[in-house]
Amino acid sequence: MKQFSNTYIFIFSTVMVIIVATLLSLAATLLQPLQSRNLEIEKKRSMLESIGVPADKRDAEELYAKYVKESFVLDHNGEEIPGIDAFSVVVRNEQKKPLEKQYLPVFSALPDDGEKVIIIPVEGKGLWGPIWGYVSLRSDMSTIYGVTFDHKSETPGLGAEINTADFEDMFRGKRIYDGDKFISIGVIKGGTTPDNPHGVDAISGGTITSKALEEMLSDCLIRYDGFLLRNRN
Amino acid sequence: MSKREREPLFSTKNVKLLTEPLGRNNPITVQVLGICSALAITVKLKPALVMAVSVVFVIAISSVVIAALRKQIPERIRIIVQLVVIASLVILVDQVLKAYAFDVSKQLSVFVGLIITNCIIMGRLEGFAMANRPWKAFLDGLGNGAGYGLILVIVAFFRELLGSGTLMDYPVMEKLGAYSIGYEDNGMMILPPMALIVVGLIIWVHRSRDKSLVEKH
Repeated sequence: MKQFSNTYIFIFSTVMVIIVATLLSLAATLLQPLQSRNLEIEKKRSMLESIGVPADKRDAEELYAKYVKESFVLDHNGEEIPGIDAFSVVVRNEQKKPLEKQYLPVFSALPDDGEKVIIIPVEGKGLWGPIWGYVSLRSDMSTIYGVTFDHKSETPGLGAEINTADFEDMFRGKRIYDGDKFISIGVIKGGTTPDNPHGVDAISGGTITSKALEEMLSDCLIRYDGFLLRNRN
Repeated sequence: MSKREREPLFSTKNVKLLTEPLGRNNPITVQVLGICSALAITVKLKPALVMAVSVVFVIAISSVVIAALRKQIPERIRIIVQLVVIASLVILVDQVLKAYAFDVSKQLSVFVGLIITNCIIMGRLEGFAMANRPWKAFLDGLGNGAGYGLILVIVAFFRELLGSGTLMDYPVMEKLGAYSIGYEDNGMMILPPMALIVVGLIIWVHRSRDKSLVEKH
């Protein structure tokens, strides 16, 4: 193979990078609308899953319209901020703001059993990337009706197990309050006792993800403290 | 070189490029490459199929690109150029999956990105495409991608059938009435070690049928 001069190598790499960059940004721009629509459907699907309504990508929008009755945005005191679409609030971006300026979205839904529940989005940092989910609370604003979690890149077979039904089902019926005191849900390594109302089993081999999930729950839910205490019945 | 007689497109030698990796020179069972992703995404048939198609696409196209540019690519940065080509194609695949096959892209998660590090692709570019014409490189890429995909699909077939009792999410075992006579799914099949064992069994069958693959000691 013949030797190339340094100038040639520089020009070659520059041209290559420009071509590749153009190609990729073109693809990203063209596919963007389709991708964000998928994400929107996925968000609706997850929310429905947290209230125990199985949905797939075809019927998610329809079921969402049927079950999720209203949505609103709170400030950190639990007062409603009018005029903001709760669905379009990105929790990750809100968490970067100071607490006083954060928008806290709440969704209110009516599952088939007739009890009004609220859905709160949660988001945090896992071991390798973001983890997020939805927590639905019964009308006492303490008992968990259902949860759904997901993650971007937790370790398959270990931390990635947080999005399985086996893990999520353990949260049902647990309480985030003890009287008026906010406790949240502990994810307990080595397993919890069955009668512990504030704890679930951690995932073996997924300790860091389990801890991250516990932190995410207490961190996100306590922001709603004022609202939850005032609206319990 | 330019005066050489033109080979027919599908000469015996060229067809061999395509078929050898499917059998005698399979990248997984004979060269034992690409095992990592073979273990990870073979729990269900559908992601395995999508992964196979993605790898075939990436390896075939990158082989052609590298082979077409082989005389222009400066030797000193050839690995970087190969990586740039592979990485761009993988990002394209990832974007397209996110737009058109969102569920599958969620299941494959990080493994689409990890196609970049699949040693089969780098190996074929460095070992074959850098020294051959685009058409030959294309066939070689296609063959190796398909050889990889073939094993992936076979492994996924057994793991999904025995582990979840379904095929392409269709409940085969239930429809056959297997559960009513006491059959149960084997949870072990879902775990990664069983993929290794299934690959091992395939290698065993492969070698017992083709004695020339067995090393002489």
